[in-house]
Formats: sequence, structure tokens, C-alpha cells
Amino acid sequence: MTLTATAPPRTTRPPAPLRRFLARLSPYAYITPFFALFAAFGLFPLLYTAYVSLYRVELQTPGQMEWRGLDNYTSLFGDEYFWTALRNTFTIGVVSTVPQLLMALGLAHLLHYKLRGRTFFRVTMLLPYATSVAAATLVFAQLFGRDFGLINYLLGLAGIDPVDWQSGTVASQIAVSTIVTWRWTGYNALIYLAGMQSIPADLYEAAELDGASRWRQFLHVTLPGLRPTVLFTIVVSTIGATQLFGEPLLFEGSVSGGISHQYQTLGLYMYEQGWGFFHLGRAAATAWVMFLLIVLLVLGNTFVARRRGGKETER
Amino acid sequence: MPISRAAAQATLRLGAVALAGALLAACGSGSSGSSKSSADGGKVTLTVDLFGTFGFKEAGLYAEYEKAHPHITIKESSTENEADYWKALQTRLAGGGGLADVQGIEVGRIASVTQQQADKFQDLNSFGAASLKNDYSAAKWAAATTTDGRTLGLGTDVGPEAICYRTDLFEKAGLPTDRDELAKKWATWDGYLELGKQYQAEADSKSHWMDSVGSLYSLMMGQQKERYYDASGKLVYQDNQAVKTAWDTSVKAAQDGLSAKLAQWTPAWNQAFSSGSFATIGCPAWMLGYIKGQAGDGGAGTWDVAPLPGGVAGNWGGSYLAVPKGASHAKEAYELIKWLTAAPQQAKLFEKQGSFPSNLGAIKEVEDVKDAYFSNAPIGEIFGKAAESSPVQVLGVHDNDVNTQITNALGEVERKGTSSATAWGHAEKGVRNAVG
Repeated sequence: MTLTATAPPRTTRPPAPLRRFLARLSPYAYITPFFALFAAFGLFPLLYTAYVSLYRVELQTPGQMEWRGLDNYTSLFGDEYFWTALRNTFTIGVVSTVPQLLMALGLAHLLHYKLRGRTFFRVTMLLPYATSVAAATLVFAQLFGRDFGLINYLLGLAGIDPVDWQSGTVASQIAVSTIVTWRWTGYNALIYLAGMQSIPADLYEAAELDGASRWRQFLHVTLPGLRPTVLFTIVVSTIGATQLFGEPLLFEGSVSGGISHQYQTLGLYMYEQGWGFFHLGRAAATAWVMFLLIVLLVLGNTFVARRRGGKETER
Repeated sequence: MPISRAAAQATLRLGAVALAGALLAACGSGSSGSSKSSADGGKVTLTVDLFGTFGFKEAGLYAEYEKAHPHITIKESSTENEADYWKALQTRLAGGGGLADVQGIEVGRIASVTQQQADKFQDLNSFGAASLKNDYSAAKWAAATTTDGRTLGLGTDVGPEAICYRTDLFEKAGLPTDRDELAKKWATWDGYLELGKQYQAEADSKSHWMDSVGSLYSLMMGQQKERYYDASGKLVYQDNQAVKTAWDTSVKAAQDGLSAKLAQWTPAWNQAFSSGSFATIGCPAWMLGYIKGQAGDGGAGTWDVAPLPGGVAGNWGGSYLAVPKGASHAKEAYELIKWLTAAPQQAKLFEKQGSFPSNLGAIKEVEDVKDAYFSNAPIGEIFGKAAESSPVQVLGVHDNDVNTQITNALGEVERKGTSSATAWGHAEKGVRNAVG
């Protein structure tokens, strides 16, 4: 024990019960800094946001707060654009997360083989993740340009009419999802790779002895071994998709997510309320609805995973 | 040890990370305030935060001022899109940090400043600005003055409207290129759209008559005295016949396929200045400088300027310079904006950048100015006449927000083929959201 070791031997030592009490206290002392900072920068903003969400507060006149009760929430649920944003968040989330995780799994599987220049490929995978959202989005916005974009040019070569990647609901959501997928696939692939490397090699040997093909090895050894990793990536991606903000904001530089809110996500909707219209109260209400939504989603995820995990052990 | 070494280390590391984050955040807010000037040894750094292209730097005015006042250094930062600029300014005003010594304010926001945020800006009369009052038209001065007589900004430019057009594209489509002849042909808005149809029939399929119907709409609204608010400050845009006329004309232009469908202030719009995607663009005087910036030297001589259709002069935009209460060097900042908005400097700015002066003395000085970039168009005369007779607009707190929502809805009409009635419904909903 550090406390006793550093105490000078000849001084009067605290009586035994107190010493035990201090000893029991010390772990809490160690973690106090974290919780103090969390309280200041995590918990307080969270609670203050809840408080603000009950008032009408405008950014121009932050001093004048007018009690509104739950009006911010009712007007939120009565706003058609909120539901549009919720739907967009979900569709963009699915369109970006599902292919992204599948591709990541495939890439990780390939990288798991003994390849020449394996480290090079692994580092390359991580490059998009290291790119800033702003830079990536601006480049993609150029690629997806309607009149002079590279993608429409290539489509033109194939004889397909140019697509308005900004105005169309489906087209714009695909474009935004592409940016997300591009940035996060490599990151998830590396997580999967790490998971794969922790699967014992003798399992593969045993499978090989039993005559399992590579594909069957992947299905019956790799995938079950990766279950916790997959769960982790799904939870993280779900949270990321729910908070998606930078890509849709910078895609056209519009706070409303396109001229008819066609790719406005919840994060962007909140930003529009707060920093487009300066309605801080309503933005705070949106933030809380988003927070509760994420908690629900994560609980749902965990619940599903538990049940499936339970079944697994029963077998 | 009561807690395992690894856990302790992890906690420490977490704490360190959190602490580093907190410090970073602290630095972040500190560095956003890095525009704060430092005064060491009598040296003063004045910060100027603007939007769009004011052109002070480009016209060499800062360099001139620094030469005349060796102890002063001027640092300018600028945001291209005014909406983004306004957002950042509002955040800084609310937080009280990171404000520059001089802040630009667009005319569509000036009512919000005088009615809602008068306490956050210096009353320039306390520095003796009252003596400058007669240099400006009564309306320009009054708009930046509160009901209790505090003057919060000095007028820089105004935005008298004209049409800028590409002579080379006109020629290719077999249209006349002479500005007087064109002014006659598009004496009315119908005439302007008619000429557009002729252009569209002859021109390359990738080139259109105008950049966007949103800009056509804004141009037409510039001709109105009363737009979105009445004199008592009530929101009346839904009942204003002029709004409806401008809306209908814009919808018709969209349905006739006259628009390149490029939303203003987007990268695609910027590219189109040099690519020739549109042949005409609504041209408040400040747009001249923007065109020069976007089309570059290669565009010189291919542009020209002709008076506005519709028979009435119009105004779109214009700005003020203000000194926030949070400025570190309010007195020096006032001296700077007083100099920048004085007649000789405004005249120079017009000659170099095209921002039309609001200072009456400067308006006289620039009567004969021609611009070589715009095929030697007599811009002094064209914009001077427009400025003289443009209506004095009634401005409301959310003027720019209403305009943005309506032009967004027009974007739906031109880009997605949304019906006029549905799009108008979206505009009304957007305005309710923005104002409410």
C-alpha cells in the first residue's frame, strides 16, 4: 500500500479503523479527477440542456428566457421536418452502415491472409479515417457535382443521363452515405482484423483437418469468434449514424440539408434550429430527444445481443 | 494495492485525456479569440471581420491606412457566405469572446442589430459620429440608428441593381450585345424573359439565361419599398402582392427552363462564372467585384452591364461597419471605419471593386467611372442612376431569413419540378420555423 509505505515510521499513525477507511477511500480519490471533469463537461451540459429545452431562448437575446414548459417538445413532434430528419437519419444510417460493415468484414478477412506488403495495406485502410470530414466531404461534393462532377461524367460515358446528386432524395442520400462509407470502412476493417487475430489458430487447423473450405472456415470459425467485435462495431456505427452531421452539412453547405430537407439528419436539424434560426430552446429539446433515442437504440442492441448470446450458451 | 496497477493507469490515462481535452477546449476558445489585438509598445493590431468581398484589402485601402498610421496593423478575416458569417457573429456576441474590432453587418440584418442587440455594439455617436450624418442619405443613416438615437454602424456600400451579361455568349446566340439596345428590349420583366427564351433556343444546351430563379426573385424584390414587413414591424409577406408577382414570374422562368439551377453562394455556382453556364446574372453593384474574383482575368472583356428591367430601380444588399462592445480597441476601430467609409475611400473602392458608395460625396465623385473589365460599361452612371431612385426599403428583424426560405422553395421548383403551390407551402412553413 502506497499510503503506509510513504508514511514516516516514527510519527503517530492514524488508528487502524481510520487507516482502513482511508485505504478504502483511495481508489475513489484516484478516479475523482475523471468524474470531476465529467461532471463539468459532460453532466452539467446535459442537465443544463434539459433546463434550456423548457424555455424559449434566442441566440440574439440569450438573457431573456421565457418559460415554455414542454411546448418545445410538442412543436418538435408537430414539425413535419423533424420526422423527415428522423427518417433520413435512419435511411442514411442503413445505407451507410450495412455496406460499410460488410465491406469491412470482407477486407479484414483478406488482410488476415499472409500477404506481401501487409502493413502497407493495413495503413492504407486507415487513411480515409485520418482524413478530416471537411476535406473528404468537399472533395466528394466536387465528384458528385451535377454539371462538372467526375461521377456524372463517367455515367455519361456509359450513356446514362446526369444525376442531380444534390436535389434528388435517393441520389443525395446515396451520395452522403458514400462519404460516410468511404471514411469508416477501413477503420472497421482494422477492428475486425484485430478481432480475427485473437481467434486461436488451432481452431482453423482443426477445421482444416475436418476438410472445411476457406468459406466454411470464415462462416463457422471466424464469424462466431468475431461476435463481440461485431456487436461493438454495430453499436459504435449506430451511435455515429444517429449523430451524423458533418457530411450532410458540408455536402452543399446548407443547414436545411438540401432545398427540401431531403438529406437533413437529426444532427443537422438540431443545428438548423440552433444556428440557422437561433432557437436555442428548441435546439436543446432536439438534443434531448436525440439523446433518448440513442439510449433506446443502444439498449435495444444490447438486449438483442444478450438474447442471442443466451441462446448460444444454451445450445 | 487496493486497485490494480493497470486499472489505476487506465484511470490516470483517462483523466489525462479528459484534462487534455478540457485544455484543448480552453485553448480553442482562446484561439478563436486570437483575433484579439495586442497592444505592445504603442503598436495596435486592429482586427476586421467581414463577409463576401468588401474589397478593402484588394483595393489597397488597409495598406494605405497602415502607411499613414505606422503604429496600426490591420488583420482581416472574411467568410464567403453571409449566413455563415452571421451565425458565427451571433455565437460570439452571445458568448462575448472572439469578436473583432470591426464587424461588417449586412443591411438585411441591421434591423435585428438596432432592435435586438443595440447593447452589444458601441454607440458611434460617443466617438463623434454624429458629425458624419450629412454625408449619407437620411435612410441609410436612420437604418443603423436606434429609436433612442444611438448610431451603431457606418454605411459602406449600397446595392443598386443592374444586369450583368456575357457579351460573348449573347453574340453566339445571335442576340444584340449593345447595353442600350438591351435595356430597351428588357424594359419590362416580360421582355427580359422573352429574350431569355430566344437565347435558350439558340444557345448551347449546357448554357442558360440566368443563374437561378432565386436570384431573379431577389432582384425583383429589391425594387419594392415594402417587402416582408410593414412599417410597424409586422410580418406581411403573405399578403404582399409584390411578393406574389415576383414569385410567379420566377416560377414561370423556372418552368420555361431559363435557369441554370445553380444555388447562389455554392461552389458549383462559383465555377459557373467562368464556365459560361449562365448568360445573365442579377447584378447589385457589389456583384461586380464578385464576378471579377470568380471569373478571373480570363473573363475580362466578356462581361457587360445594362440597366435593370422593370422600369424601377432596385437595391439588393449593402453593408455597415460596426464596432462591437467586445472590441479591444474601440477608439482606433472607430477611426479606421470612419476613414474607410469617407468619400475618397468609398470612391476608390467603387473604381477598383465595384462596391457602390453610400457616402453622398463619393457618389458625386464616381459619376464618370467606367470599368474596363465590363467592356468599359459606364458603371458610375448606371449604378448612380439606380442608387438615386431605388426605394427606401422597410427592413424587419428576419428579412434575410424570409428571403432565404422563399428562394430555397424556388430552388425546389426549378430543380425538382415541385409545383408552385406546394413549394409556396414549404416557404411558409420554413418562415414559420425561422421566425417562431
